[in-house]
Amino acid sequence: MPKEPVAVVGIGQTRHTAARRDVSLAGLVREAARRALDDAELTWADVDAVVIGKAPDFFEGVMMPELYLADALGAVGKPLLRVHTAGSVGGSTALVAANLVAARVRRTVLTVAFEKQSESNAMWGLSLPVPFQQPLLAGAGGFFAPHVRAYMRRSGAPAAIGSLVAYKDRRNALKNPYAHLHEHDITLEKVQASPMLWDPIRYSETCPSSDGACAMVLTDRAGAARAPRPPAWVHGGAMRSEPTLFAGKDCVSPRAGKDCAADVYRQAGVTDPRRQIDAVEMYVPFSWYEPMWLENLGFAAEGEGWKLTEAGVTELDGDLPVNMSGGVLSTNPIGASGMIRFAEAALQVRGQAGEHQVPGARTALGHAYGGGSQFFSMWLVGTEPPAT
Amino acid sequence: MPDVLSASMVVEFPFTRSLGPVQSAFLTGLRERTVLGVRTTAGTVLVPPVEYDPRTAEEIRDLVEVAATGTVTTWAWNPAPRRGQPLATPFAWVLVRLDGADTALLHALDAPGPEAVRTGLRVRVRWAADRTGAITDIACFEPDEGSTPGHRARPHSGEFAGEAVTGIVAPARLDYTYTPGRAQSAYLAALAEHRVVGERCPRCRKVYVPPRGACPTCGVATAERVEVGPRGTVTTFCVVNIKAKNAMNDAIEVPYVYAHIALDGADLPLHGRIGGIPYDRVRMGLRVEPVWPGPGAGRHPDHYRPTGEPDADYDTYKELL
Ligand SMILES: [Zn+2]
Repeated sequence: MPKEPVAVVGIGQTRHTAARRDVSLAGLVREAARRALDDAELTWADVDAVVIGKAPDFFEGVMMPELYLADALGAVGKPLLRVHTAGSVGGSTALVAANLVAARVRRTVLTVAFEKQSESNAMWGLSLPVPFQQPLLAGAGGFFAPHVRAYMRRSGAPAAIGSLVAYKDRRNALKNPYAHLHEHDITLEKVQASPMLWDPIRYSETCPSSDGACAMVLTDRAGAARAPRPPAWVHGGAMRSEPTLFAGKDCVSPRAGKDCAADVYRQAGVTDPRRQIDAVEMYVPFSWYEPMWLENLGFAAEGEGWKLTEAGVTELDGDLPVNMSGGVLSTNPIGASGMIRFAEAALQVRGQAGEHQVPGARTALGHAYGGGSQFFSMWLVGTEPPAT
Repeated sequence: MPDVLSASMVVEFPFTRSLGPVQSAFLTGLRERTVLGVRTTAGTVLVPPVEYDPRTAEEIRDLVEVAATGTVTTWAWNPAPRRGQPLATPFAWVLVRLDGADTALLHALDAPGPEAVRTGLRVRVRWAADRTGAITDIACFEPDEGSTPGHRARPHSGEFAGEAVTGIVAPARLDYTYTPGRAQSAYLAALAEHRVVGERCPRCRKVYVPPRGACPTCGVATAERVEVGPRGTVTTFCVVNIKAKNAMNDAIEVPYVYAHIALDGADLPLHGRIGGIPYDRVRMGLRVEPVWPGPGAGRHPDHYRPTGEPDADYDTYKELL
C-alpha cells in the first residue's frame, strides 16, 4: 500500500525576539500552535496527536518540558511525543509528525518546536566543563570557524563571501515580520566592518539568540481537501546521523548531509536540484554555511557553492533564492530554527510568504542540521500532491 | 579494571522563568499572603493555577481567591531532608486541598513525626517572614485542628499593591560522579608522563586520539595502544577574539589561536591552543609540538608551539579536514 500523502495546512510562528518576558514557556508554544490551527481553521479537537521538539533541556532548564505542555497544546487524551536531535530538532520533529500521517497512524497532527533562549545561556549549555577533559577552548562559533577556514582553503573562495550572505539574509529579514533581527540600516560595509569574533567569522555573520516557537498542522488527503487555503505537499523527507568526530569525517561537507539530501531527492524524483527546486530554506547559523551547504545539498559541485552566492543566485530575486525569510542568521530560537526552515519552505509553495514570497515557487527545500554537524533533517514540499 | 578515574561533577545554573499572566498573579498573591487559583468553564477551581484547561485546552484567566487553610489529601514522610527542601528538619510532603479549591497543592508540613500526620488532617499556611513572590513564600503548612472547611472561592482581579512579579530565578543543580572510563583513564595516565597514547581500531586500523574505547564507525571495542606524536600538523584553526564563558579559560588572553592538530600517527585531529608564535602568523600546515603544563596545572598540554620544521604539504592532511 503506498504511503498516505501528507499536506501542510496550517503554519504559525511567534514574532521572534531576544526575550519574550510576557509569556511562559507554555504561553509561547501556545501562541504558535494557536496560529497554526487558525491558519488551518481547525480546533484542538481536530488534532489526533501532538509532536514537539526543542534543543537540549539545559537551554531552558525545564527538564522534560513535554510533561507540562500537554494542557497548553491540547494534547490531553492524545499521544504527545517529544523529539530530540540538537539543532536539527525542528526538522526531525516535523518529519516524525509527517510520518505518523504518511503511515496512516494519525490523520491530523500538530507539530511544534520552540526555544526560550532568554531563560538560559546557550553558550553555557554547550560547554559544560567535564572532569579530565580539556575544556572546549572557543565556544560555539569557535567550534565551526575552523571548518569554515577549511572550506575556504578547499574551495578557494574569496574572503568576502561570508559577508555577502549575511547582508542578503538581513535584508531578507526586513521583509519578514516574524524575523528577530530587523536591521533597517544594514549595509554590506557594516557587515564587513563588524568585529572578527572567531576569525574567519565576523559578528554580523553569526546568528542571534532568540525566543520563539513555530507550529504546523499536517494532515492526510481528506484533511487537505477540507483546508481553507492551499496546502503544501510533502514530496520527500529524510533524516541522517553520524558521529560528531570520527576518522574520515568530512567536517566541511558531511556524508550524512549528502546522503540525507540524496534520499529526499530520490523520494521526490529530483535529479537536478539546481533546476528542479525553486527556493531553499537552509540552516545557516554562520554565514559561510550557505556556500558549504549549497555543495553538500547538491546545488553546486564541490568547491563551487560560493560562486552561486557571489553571482547573486541565492538572492531573493535570484535564480535559486536561499533563506528568503532571513534564515537562522536573522532568527535563532535553536529548537524552533529547523521547523522554521521547514515551515518557510511550505509557506513558499503555498504562496503565503508575503513580502518574501518567491513568485511562482512550486518546489522548496527545508533543511536543518544540528550538534557537531551530526544530525541532518530535510523535506521537500511542493504545490501539487505527490504522484501515488 | 585498574586505575579508572572518577571525579565529582556539578552542573548548575540560575535559570530564569517568565511567568505569564496566571503564574504572575499567583506568585504576586503569595507575596501578599493571598492564595489564588483559577476557575475553569466547568466551575472547577484549580490551585495551584494553570494557564490552560487540562480538559478542554481553553485559555483560563478567571482568577479566584481561596483560603489559607485546607485538608491533607495524601502525604509521605521525609525523614532526611536534603539541601534546598522547604524544611531542614524531618517533615511530611503533603498534598493540601485548600478550602475553596478542587485540586491539591504540593508542599511541606511541619509535624513532629509521621504519627502526627494523616489524610484528612486540617492544616493552615505558615507564611514566610520575607516574601518575594515565590512558592517559598509559603514557608510550609502546619496542623490547624480547630479550623473547619466551608470557605468558598471568591473572584479576584489578580491585582495587588506593589509591582507584579513577572519572572523568577530558578537555580538548578545536578551532582554527578563522573568517570571517563578505561580508555580515557589510560590516555590521561600517559599524558602525565608526557606521552600521547591512542587506540587502534582492529577493523579499520584507524588510530583514535584521544581514545574512546570503541571505534565510532565500526562499532567495535578498541584495545591496541599506539603512541602517537608528540609532533603534529595544524590542519585548520580560528583566531578567537572573544572569551568563552568558561572559568577554565580565564587565564588565556585573547586573541589566541584555537587549532585542530593532527598528531603524527593519529587518524583524526584533536583540539588545542597554539602559542609561541604571533596569532596572525599561524597557518594551516604549521608543524607543532606540545608544551606540557607546569606542576598542578592538569595533564593536557598547556598549548602547542612551532617545531621549526617546514610546513606540511596540504595533500598530507587534506583528508583530515
Ligand atoms: Zn574502526
